[in-house]
Amino acid sequence: MDWQGQKRAEILMQILLLVSGIAAFAIGYIMGSFQMMLLIYAGGVVLTALVTVPNWPFFNRHPLKWLEPSEADRHPKPQVSTTAGPKKKASKNK
Amino acid sequence: MHSFGYRANAVVTLAVTILAVMCSMASLSDNFNVPSPTAEVKVLNINWFQKQANGNDEVSLTLNISADLSSLFTWNTKQVFVFIAAEYETPQNALNQVSLWDGIIPSKDHAKFWIHTTNKYRLIDQGSNLRGKEFNLTLHWHVMPKTGKMFADKIVMTGYRLPEEYR
Repeated sequence: MDWQGQKRAEILMQILLLVSGIAAFAIGYIMGSFQMMLLIYAGGVVLTALVTVPNWPFFNRHPLKWLEPSEADRHPKPQVSTTAGPKKKASKNK
Repeated sequence: MHSFGYRANAVVTLAVTILAVMCSMASLSDNFNVPSPTAEVKVLNINWFQKQANGNDEVSLTLNISADLSSLFTWNTKQVFVFIAAEYETPQNALNQVSLWDGIIPSKDHAKFWIHTTNKYRLIDQGSNLRGKEFNLTLHWHVMPKTGKMFADKIVMTGYRLPEEYR
């Protein structure tokens, strides 16, 4: 799952759970049936888990583009300055 | 949200949190219900009335109980526990409560009932104060919800009197 997919999965999970909770409570209250509320909510939770937990292709539409190794070699990382070097060596010698 | 386990954990955590909120709301919704229960108890007969060997008065009654408690039931009610207590005052105790009969009402369909019974639990006084005693019969109930807060209330029925003599 790529970065955008992770964000999408989290938002989708929150929306689905909240909506199923509100719908379950409303329907249960109107029908006067506590059991119906629990069944609808359980269905919502299972649906949410099926949609957001597995790594669906839907969540992999923005893959990270890494540089080719040859391209990376042509732009070397700037070297860390060596001012800290002597101090470390001194402490090791002691 | 980077792994299967992490996402599964997030779904379960939020789901249980929302479930807790739904249960709280279900409990709060019980406050919108304004019950209007009715009850009537008749003492049909004093079967016997005696002084025990240890000096305590004991009475056996035949009761006719009719009640309509269906308005106590809401969508969040699991069952209702009812009991009838004889309540009276003696020189030692400002309030004596003796449970005579109880029952569990499992659903709204059974909440309107009529029962003819002798006292299920014995009515024994702490001492010998029952001759000619005026007493109340009180129908107490405890509403047991599926989730949340329990409610309890009572109906007091006055004007009962025990005979002056043992029989």
